[in-house]
Amino acid sequence: MRKGMLFGVCILVGVMAFSTGWAKEPTIKIGINAPITGDIPKVGEGTKFAAQLWLEDVKAAGGIAVGKKKYPVELVIEDNESKAESAVKVTTKMITEDDILVMVGPQASKQAVPAAGIANNYKTPMITPWSTNPDSTKDKPYVFRACFLDPFQGPVVANFISNEFKFKKAAVLYDVASDYPKGLAEFFKKAWEDTHGKGSVVAYESFTTKDTDFSSQLTKIINSGAQVLFTPQYYNEVALIVQQAHQLGWKKPIVGSDSWGSAETVKLCGKDCYGAFFSTHYAAAGATGDTKKFIDRYKAKHGYVPDDVAALTWDAMMLVQKAIQGTGGLTGDLKKDRDNVRTALSQVKKFKGITGEMTFAGKNDPSKCAVIVKISDTGEFTFYKSVCP
Amino acid sequence: MAIFLQNLVNSLQWGSFYALIALGYSMVYSILMLFNFAHGDIFMVGGYIGVGVSFGLLALSSSGILAIPNWLILVLTILFSMFLTSFVGMIVERVGYRPLRNAPRASAAITGLMIGIILETGNLILLGARRVSFPSLIETATYDLGGVFVTNKKIMIVAVSLLLTLALHQFIRRTKWGMAMRAMAFDFVAVPLMGVPVNKVIALTFGIGSALAAAAGILFGIAYPVLDPYMGVLFGWKAFVAAILGGRGSILGATLAGFLLGFTEIFVAMIFPSTLRDLIAYSIILLILTFRPHGFFGEPYSARLRL
Repeated sequence: MRKGMLFGVCILVGVMAFSTGWAKEPTIKIGINAPITGDIPKVGEGTKFAAQLWLEDVKAAGGIAVGKKKYPVELVIEDNESKAESAVKVTTKMITEDDILVMVGPQASKQAVPAAGIANNYKTPMITPWSTNPDSTKDKPYVFRACFLDPFQGPVVANFISNEFKFKKAAVLYDVASDYPKGLAEFFKKAWEDTHGKGSVVAYESFTTKDTDFSSQLTKIINSGAQVLFTPQYYNEVALIVQQAHQLGWKKPIVGSDSWGSAETVKLCGKDCYGAFFSTHYAAAGATGDTKKFIDRYKAKHGYVPDDVAALTWDAMMLVQKAIQGTGGLTGDLKKDRDNVRTALSQVKKFKGITGEMTFAGKNDPSKCAVIVKISDTGEFTFYKSVCP
Repeated sequence: MAIFLQNLVNSLQWGSFYALIALGYSMVYSILMLFNFAHGDIFMVGGYIGVGVSFGLLALSSSGILAIPNWLILVLTILFSMFLTSFVGMIVERVGYRPLRNAPRASAAITGLMIGIILETGNLILLGARRVSFPSLIETATYDLGGVFVTNKKIMIVAVSLLLTLALHQFIRRTKWGMAMRAMAFDFVAVPLMGVPVNKVIALTFGIGSALAAAAGILFGIAYPVLDPYMGVLFGWKAFVAAILGGRGSILGATLAGFLLGFTEIFVAMIFPSTLRDLIAYSIILLILTFRPHGFFGEPYSARLRL
């Protein structure tokens, strides 16, 4: 009995010595903080699949080459249950126990904002691929994002319309009781009037959430002489607005924002939405180059077209890789290395991601191009062009 | 001028829904002195039943069992859904109001609110939060009448709602059941003594009111083909305002007030910034009620109520 225990202890000590010996072998650990269960499991799945796809590539290349050395990579994937408190717990665990170098995620702003606070306190670089809320990176030098911010879409759409159609007069219809459309409408108006002068937004009409009849607003818009209608609404309102506009005789273009990018939009709106444009992060249909390669690989492996979360996660992983390589060499001191990665990330310039080109240039939010999507005559979201600020 | 006419057309359509829903409020009130606060949600249920019936008929039609054109499907959808929803109304009355008929009016009003919440959340559980789109049974045809755009759907909506109002008026004026309703509105105590089956008449009143709400729900689905479980709440409130404005218990008043409400909302948005629409529109209504507290056709409480 005693002998047996002694033997067991011996083995245990041996294993521990062996494993710590292994841990000392320089491995790059990257944390993935994803909502694998909870409200948005599909988002978590996309995150996990995209990260694993990236890992495959890295493994095939024998690891990440930093300076003159190649380091193996390990992913630490943790589930934040799409809850803010779990995201905080998971972040703390990954940073303090798993010794990750960088964290990718969380995705939704609800989890990204609190997790960003933790990552920043522990001076660990973090990239959120999908969170568009300004707060997730605000005053947090260690936190970055791979997507654009809400205030950015307004000018992008304004530029697109000005350059594409050479229009001078625009109309806006938005929900005054909802933050996202209201903010976007204001940003668009400002950007449009900066280019075309005061009063060039000839109709700036609003409604309140749950309204279904927009006929008086649309009648005003139609009679204002506007050449284009911008409406940054969610899919259920988009369907009503677009249909009613057509029934009131509007034949000019209608442009929206990334809130249009739901499969429901076309389902509810039908033929009326064909030919409309909206700005978003990425378009699967009509993609070319690396974007297409990623989509094809993802689809072959998992059986469906990846959504914007998966594409942005892929870009975040590539950014991490680029930043690690940009440090010029790892010291083995985790604290120093984390600092170096942060510095390298903030200096990324003209990084060609599958969701567009990104430049951080000292900031934590990328300056990147948005994709303009056109709803085709079969109701598909097709890539139309890329617009940069 | 074109703008004015365009808004006139818009408000005729918008007012139709208020008018049809307000009728249900008014009818129940004139007989039971009770506002059926679940009525807005019956409008919602009617719309959903309409979606179900039309999908069913479309499936039958496309499988070849019952080859009928789409316009006939639409007519059948309206009729079937009105029929089915009238039972929903009768069940609401049987379960929610009949046991409380002699209870204080406040209790009965609260019952209505609760039934409304049950219908909303029940639907939410049954079909989820996803919006349901009403199948487009008829192609939208837009006519340009000198700058005023009218669609075939708009014409149909206004025509059907006027037709239904007229039918209701005839029913109440010319049939025996209608006479019973009028009698009960006149004197709720004496009428049962004359051998009028009170429970049946009340159930019928709820049934007819709900059928009209269902028609409104389907017409609404045709004009605004995105349905959600809470769409009846705001509509219920506004139609309730129309019922009060028309004069409690007045068919003609409820119809007129429904259209007036539609006009006010649309024209306020035409003249003022659209953000202020409801604020100004309902201030105007408030002002009207200050000067005519019993509505257009209403009479003081003690006086008789007309149907």
